[in-house]
Amino acid sequence: MLITRRRAILGAALSLTLLAAGCGGDSADEPAAATVSQDDVQAALAAGGTITVWAWEPTLKQVVADFQTAYPKVKVNLVNSGTGNDAYTALQNAIQAGSGVPDVAQIEYFALPQFALGKAVTDLTTFGAASLDGTFTPGTWNSVRSGEAIYGLPMDSGPMALFYNKDVFDKHQLGVPATWAEYTAAAEKLHRADPKAYITADSGDAGFTTSMIWQAGGKPYTVNGTDVGIDFADAGTQKFTAQWQKLIDGKLLNPVAGWSDGWYAGLADGTIASLVIGAWMPANLESGVKAGTGKWRVAPMPQWESGGTATAENGGSSIAIPEKAANKTLAYAFLKYATVDEGAQTRVDNGAFPASTKQLNAPEFLNKEFPYFGGQKVNEVLAASAGQVVPGWSYLPFQVYANNVFNDTAGKAYLGQGTLQDGLKSWQDASVKYGQEQGFTVR
Amino acid sequence: MSTRRSWIGWQFTGPFLAVFALVFLAPIGYAAYLSLFRNRLIGGTAFVGLENYTKAFSDPQFFDALSRVVIFLVVQVPIMLFLALLIALALDSGRLYGAAFFRISVFLPYAVPSVVAALMWGFMYGSRIGLVGNVNDAFGITLPDPLSPDLILASIGNIVTWEFVGYNMIILYSGLRVVDAALYEAAAIDGAGQLRIIRAIKLPALRGPLAVATIFSIIGSFQLFNEPQILDTIAPNSITTYFTPNVYAYQLSFGGQQVNYSATIALIMGVVTMIVAYLFQRRSIGAGR
Amino acid sequence: MTPKRSVPLTVITALALIYSLLPLVWLLISATKTQEGLFGSFGLWFTGDFAFFDNIAAVFAYNDGIFGRWLLNTLFYVVAGAGGATLLAALAGYGLAKFDFAGRRAVFAVVLGGVAVPPTALAVPIFLMFAEMGLTDTPWAVIIPTLASPFGLYLMWTYSRDAVPDEILESARMDGAGEFKTFFSLAVPLLAPGLVTVLLFNTVMTWNNFFLPLIMLKDADLFPLTLGLYSWNEQGTTAGGDVVFNLVITGSLLTIVPLIVAFLLLQRHWQSGLAAGSVKQ
Repeated sequence: MLITRRRAILGAALSLTLLAAGCGGDSADEPAAATVSQDDVQAALAAGGTITVWAWEPTLKQVVADFQTAYPKVKVNLVNSGTGNDAYTALQNAIQAGSGVPDVAQIEYFALPQFALGKAVTDLTTFGAASLDGTFTPGTWNSVRSGEAIYGLPMDSGPMALFYNKDVFDKHQLGVPATWAEYTAAAEKLHRADPKAYITADSGDAGFTTSMIWQAGGKPYTVNGTDVGIDFADAGTQKFTAQWQKLIDGKLLNPVAGWSDGWYAGLADGTIASLVIGAWMPANLESGVKAGTGKWRVAPMPQWESGGTATAENGGSSIAIPEKAANKTLAYAFLKYATVDEGAQTRVDNGAFPASTKQLNAPEFLNKEFPYFGGQKVNEVLAASAGQVVPGWSYLPFQVYANNVFNDTAGKAYLGQGTLQDGLKSWQDASVKYGQEQGFTVR
Repeated sequence: MSTRRSWIGWQFTGPFLAVFALVFLAPIGYAAYLSLFRNRLIGGTAFVGLENYTKAFSDPQFFDALSRVVIFLVVQVPIMLFLALLIALALDSGRLYGAAFFRISVFLPYAVPSVVAALMWGFMYGSRIGLVGNVNDAFGITLPDPLSPDLILASIGNIVTWEFVGYNMIILYSGLRVVDAALYEAAAIDGAGQLRIIRAIKLPALRGPLAVATIFSIIGSFQLFNEPQILDTIAPNSITTYFTPNVYAYQLSFGGQQVNYSATIALIMGVVTMIVAYLFQRRSIGAGR
Repeated sequence: MTPKRSVPLTVITALALIYSLLPLVWLLISATKTQEGLFGSFGLWFTGDFAFFDNIAAVFAYNDGIFGRWLLNTLFYVVAGAGGATLLAALAGYGLAKFDFAGRRAVFAVVLGGVAVPPTALAVPIFLMFAEMGLTDTPWAVIIPTLASPFGLYLMWTYSRDAVPDEILESARMDGAGEFKTFFSLAVPLLAPGLVTVLLFNTVMTWNNFFLPLIMLKDADLFPLTLGLYSWNEQGTTAGGDVVFNLVITGSLLTIVPLIVAFLLLQRHWQSGLAAGSVKQ
């Protein structure tokens, strides 16, 4: 969910055999992929035990409490292992060290392939997860699968939408842009009218950029096991860069770094008039931008073609079971409880944006009025977006690293050094170089 | 007697050495061992001999990082020490009102953790809501953005100077306090002015403390890490993942899973630091003779 | 002979004073503001609502009062880490200064080389070693690495050499006192200013420790203050995460207050200690 800050700490790649040799082989007695039935899961819940969950998603706190009430013999240790990259570092370190590995870990969709590739997370088909097909939105379900294997259960999702400050839009008589061309026009009009105000802030963000390319129909990454293709010259990517270059050239983007204090301040005082971002944003606006109460609204994501309905995912997390987890059966019981059963509803009630179709389509969810958004039924817009995600996107099996070096390379374009297309080319080069060094076959 | 003493000497130093071996020597040895291997996501670990070292010596990112701290070293360290020297001399002159207050106040930033210092200056550097932004608004001007790529190194230099100028001032000031007062009196009788006293008596007396302060500053510069790491959140395009050698080593092992190459970089930096510190020490002591 | 006080010199030096104190003043003033106030007000003056005490209360109440826990953790790490490091450095520095034993010079060279090794360089190997020993995510992971302070040893060596005369040690030996008894009863009082200095500097290092806990600790209940503040600052970058810049700022202020108080109270000791250590290098 975190829009990737680059360096932070992170982790990744788990096939780290480096220490596997040194840290004792637990591979010898690895159980064969025997099937664990629903009855086995129920038996484990009745028998009880302790599991450790590493996650930073705040709504899980209540889920854990309810889970323990429902199954009194089960004790859940919820540890906030830091957000995003911090959490992956911790997880990867634990896996590498072979000690202190949690039973359940929150992993963002973009990072999951990396853990899956190294077989650091358990294939849940053993537990019959394949039967959950149809339970989640196609976009998120696709994100947790690789071939036949299922490496996590979708916990939340971030279908994109346009969040805009209606006060600012009204003041400058801007219509809500339905297309990217209109969006650019609005950006010019706004900035001309008030040189301090910008349509949005973007100083280069890997997560946002890939999501935009996703919506435009670009497929820069092709992954087939360890064969990886990276190509930012495809039509979808160029559609995005051509449009975004206009905003950069016109100095129409507020240069403040995303998620910084200045960014929140800009959202509060109207100098950042809109954000195209994932459906989880309402919670952040409510807590970080209190001054915006009643001013913000949500509209469908601007389109490349007028009348289109294409969207993309931006952020969102799954929860997965590390291969070295001690108590996988109980862990799976928790996974299912938190994403499919009662826990899914609890999380929605506490403000999370779900990935499960049942919660997404529930009338009480769709009809909920948000005082922050002037009483708007925001979820109608966001749920519609969830159903319109362009299929067929995939991330690199080393996306965490790639996102980390985005600002080293493509970031230059936002400073006016070279075009965005050039920047993406150098990002591509850096990713290719890393992939080759890591033993992938990169085209 | 001497064997008994020998045994006693080891008893006194033993506990320290045990911990030192555990947290310095063993990790260095381990890092050296790691530096001889290469680990891949696909294909696992292989012995590669000195390949990581040859790679490092032709790695443009490593050189970019290294040259950045060298620039930092030759610009920031002299400025900071010069400021520290001026303040120490002013304090020692006995001509200040409220000298004790000055001394402790200038020293206080040393008590601020660098994490807090970087967070704090980061807030202040903000050209929208920070102090820089306030000044822009108040005077209707546009100051250059301290977080822009051109200025970020200077901005970090300012944070480091702020943190350590008082610390260095105290070291130098302490050096001045032990100068025999009779020397000053003799100089005054000879009719020497303040500047001459500074040149002839005070500066020579500071040779030792200055050397200590410089060596610690050199080491500190080569290790630059916390400030860029924390400012990265608000200046992502200015601070690359190879901004300083330490940032690079950190990114390699935690961001890129290149633990082996990271260990190599870290070792090279340790050696470079020791050589520079050693050369400086030799030169400054040599010149003192 | 007291020189005449100079107003111009005082005014010029006052610039340095302003430079040093202005950020702290900014921090103090910012700690009186609500989050909204922070976003929309002049940094060096107060806003309408004075939220200083509300902020402090909020810092201690947030997340079930975890800040208080971090404060206690930090104190514990300081007592165990800085205290232990000072003791080890004093013993070893004294041992190196007062006993001529085989390998002494080698010990000295190796330890001083240690001053130049960047801690970040060692962090990853230390982490991997500690993980194999099962020490990660325990207080030991933070305490043990801080126990070895080459710089502290160096300072204690110079103090021991200069402040403890060999004659009194010899006479103690004549009286048949054991070496450790002599150290604690005779040498330690003589070394007091040096001990305070080394203790203070180790305290600063432990109090400021960030990188090591960052990679070693997972459980927020074990965090020191620096890591806790960092985690609050990072919280704003997550969906659903509370944005608490006002708590970060007030927490920062509360973090530096104890150290500043310690430095103010122990001024005389560390200043004289430093003088001894730096001059006679």
